[in-house]
Amino acid sequence: MLSIKDLAVAFRTRRGEVDAVRGVSFDVAEGEVLGIVGESGSGKSVTSYALMRILDAGGRIKAGEATYGGVDLRRASERDMQGIRGREISMIFQNPRAALNPIRKVGRQIEDVLRRHARADRQNGRAEAIRAMEAVRINDAAARYDAYPFELSGGMCQRIVCAIALACDPRLLVMDEPTTGLDITTQKAVMELVTDLIRARAMSAILITHDLGLAAQYCDRLVVMKDGEIVEAGDPGALFSRPAHAYTRKLVDATPRAGASIRSLLPAEVRTPEPPRRITDEALLEVRDLVKTFAGKSGPVHAVRGVSFDVKKGQSVGLVGESGCGKSTTSSMVVRLLDPTSGEIRFEGTDLAQRPAAGFARDPMRSRIQMVFQDATDSLNPRHTSRQTIAEPLRAMAGLRGRAQGQRIEELADLVGLPRTLLDRFPHQLSGGQKARVGIARAIAVNPSFLILDEPTAALDVSIQAIVLNLLADLRARLNMSYLFVSHDLHVVRLLCDHVVVMKGGEIVEQGSAEQVMTAPADPYTAELLSAAPKPPAPRAAA
Amino acid sequence: MTDATIPAPKPASPRRQGSFDHIVYVLKDNPVTMLAFAMFAVLIFAAVLGPALAPYDPLATDAAIALQPPSAAHWFGTDNLGRDVFSRTIVATRLDLLISVAAVAISFVVGSALGAAAGYWGGWLDVALSRVLDTIMAFPLFVLAMGIVAALGNTIENIVYATAIINVPFYARLVRAEVNIRREAGFALAARLAGNSDIRVLALHIFPNALPPMMVQVSLNLGWAILNAAGLSFIGLGVRPPTAEWGIMVAEGANFIVSGEWWLAIFPGLCLMFAVFTFNLLGDGLRDMVDPRRRT
Repeated sequence: MLSIKDLAVAFRTRRGEVDAVRGVSFDVAEGEVLGIVGESGSGKSVTSYALMRILDAGGRIKAGEATYGGVDLRRASERDMQGIRGREISMIFQNPRAALNPIRKVGRQIEDVLRRHARADRQNGRAEAIRAMEAVRINDAAARYDAYPFELSGGMCQRIVCAIALACDPRLLVMDEPTTGLDITTQKAVMELVTDLIRARAMSAILITHDLGLAAQYCDRLVVMKDGEIVEAGDPGALFSRPAHAYTRKLVDATPRAGASIRSLLPAEVRTPEPPRRITDEALLEVRDLVKTFAGKSGPVHAVRGVSFDVKKGQSVGLVGESGCGKSTTSSMVVRLLDPTSGEIRFEGTDLAQRPAAGFARDPMRSRIQMVFQDATDSLNPRHTSRQTIAEPLRAMAGLRGRAQGQRIEELADLVGLPRTLLDRFPHQLSGGQKARVGIARAIAVNPSFLILDEPTAALDVSIQAIVLNLLADLRARLNMSYLFVSHDLHVVRLLCDHVVVMKGGEIVEQGSAEQVMTAPADPYTAELLSAAPKPPAPRAAA
Repeated sequence: MTDATIPAPKPASPRRQGSFDHIVYVLKDNPVTMLAFAMFAVLIFAAVLGPALAPYDPLATDAAIALQPPSAAHWFGTDNLGRDVFSRTIVATRLDLLISVAAVAISFVVGSALGAAAGYWGGWLDVALSRVLDTIMAFPLFVLAMGIVAALGNTIENIVYATAIINVPFYARLVRAEVNIRREAGFALAARLAGNSDIRVLALHIFPNALPPMMVQVSLNLGWAILNAAGLSFIGLGVRPPTAEWGIMVAEGANFIVSGEWWLAIFPGLCLMFAVFTFNLLGDGLRDMVDPRRRT
């Protein structure tokens, strides 16, 4: 139905033309779901933008053919393309909130599409829009018609986006990272809904994702892209069990999955034995009945309701839950950026909850507890070079200046595996993995005994995630640190943590050793989280 | 989306790219910026060397040569008292630039401090400051200037203060918004974890990130400030005759346009336009210079 041959796309930049896609060919058959998998910069999104002809300014299709049902997509007039977009081929974008017009009622937005393609008129527009909303299983669609995007949850927004994309019965649906940023249970619900609808309407689809597990679960055929080229194609099972290309094998290895150890995420040739470490029975951190209540516009918001857990010296504890469960609020309180409403945070015997967060920057305990932030880009000052960023805690807390500071910075760069030549670069000149290393170097600069890791790998590609997780495991053993690993992904948490705390609605629903929680979850919510994670086929039968 | 722009791996630079290199790069990159800075250089040149460049004494009157049209001896002609318009226009540059730069500098500093405090700490401080700034914004410049002049006397300093006060809200609001969106940014939290006090986080981490948009504001404001100073002189506030100043020269020259002596008002007017145009063009270049993200 869709056929792409030797497609090449180039972008004009300050440094001349950059090839984003170089000669990609694939077909999508009637009723087939094709997965395009690749890491950032692989050209997977650009390929789909090119076939919809919605490339950014500066981008152009350099060569190749793209035909859809006999129509040459490359040469079709803009008017023809407008007819094809939405009616024949439609698209679901990454961020549902950004894809919806924030000041227009969601029902109206569905109606706009229907009327644009003459599927409805002024009289029956509302009814048709509600029908489209019901088709994506939105409960009480008539009432939701009048909602604005900000009033709906992320998952609900993505359903609206699906409703818009499917409103005109397109034959081909292009999904660009449709569930990135959604909770894992929501991801499952959305993906199942979409695949059901695709089957029921006998549509074709292209699923673009960085998540090999997700693609393997929902696609009939996979295409793996790297640097604008297809390195491997085939059916998911075969790709997983016998990856032919080295890059595919690396991706398969790096995907966190049940039964994998942290070292097995790395390519086989660089695997080293995991360093031994000592977990004592002595408590480093004891959190008791921690409560945080925010004053909301419509009454108090109970973000954290009485949370208690321990972190022993040398132990790593995972704090797991979906967005809004209070895990970030809890970690903010423990790292002393936020004052709790009540409760104790005993760290090495002292109750830190008694020391207000406002003045904690000057507290001698400040250097003992540090944090690695979620988004490496957001957590580095765009005006500071890596060197300046790492120097900051050294100057303020260790009092290091001049030559001693410079030596320590280079020592830290070596420790986290950041090439010294990158120390004088600004964050925008670094890759995601390099930025993560700078963030880690800054956090360990003053030898903290306790490190809070707030989804440190959430924004990274899987292969980089594997490297960063292993770096964290090495540093922990080397510097004798304890971790509190905050994440939504149980499979990632299990790799690094000995003990897991599962939170929901501001409360702890379950805690126990990582093995026990993962294999025999006591709480139904934990079981739901575990089952919602995409299950990639077992790689190479543990060969 | 990130797929679209993958910069080609660049060779590691042998040494740290200095600010000077970056300024040179920005100038080379954009011809308009280059032109703006060239025009700015002309203004600075005229301001610094003004009296030395002027062929005649700007204040010397000579009734015998009053109201002569432009000629080889008097490029811009002479005014009703026989003063050389070209000399007066050149000499006026220093005064006009001083007034506008001083006014903008004061409003930049005061506005940044107030706006940063309001944006960072929020709460009642923010509410109180915002309302005060709204009130100032609603105040017409000329009325305020007249009030200040009436109370404190008709001096150039008072005109500078009046212009500065009027401009403070623009800076304060801009900085407040820029600081506010970065208050909870990861790098600000990280700076606090690194043992920085609130003041340090605000002054060294958050505020510098507001500089790029501020630079655009500064350049536009310099233009306005020059126009304001000229406008105030035009209505007889601030600079008093016989001092050479573009606004006064236009005001005095305006009386003679009807009788055909157009050169009295047109040349200082054109200079005013040149200065305002220069400052407006300068904005983007200044922004690029203070934004490290432009260094690639």
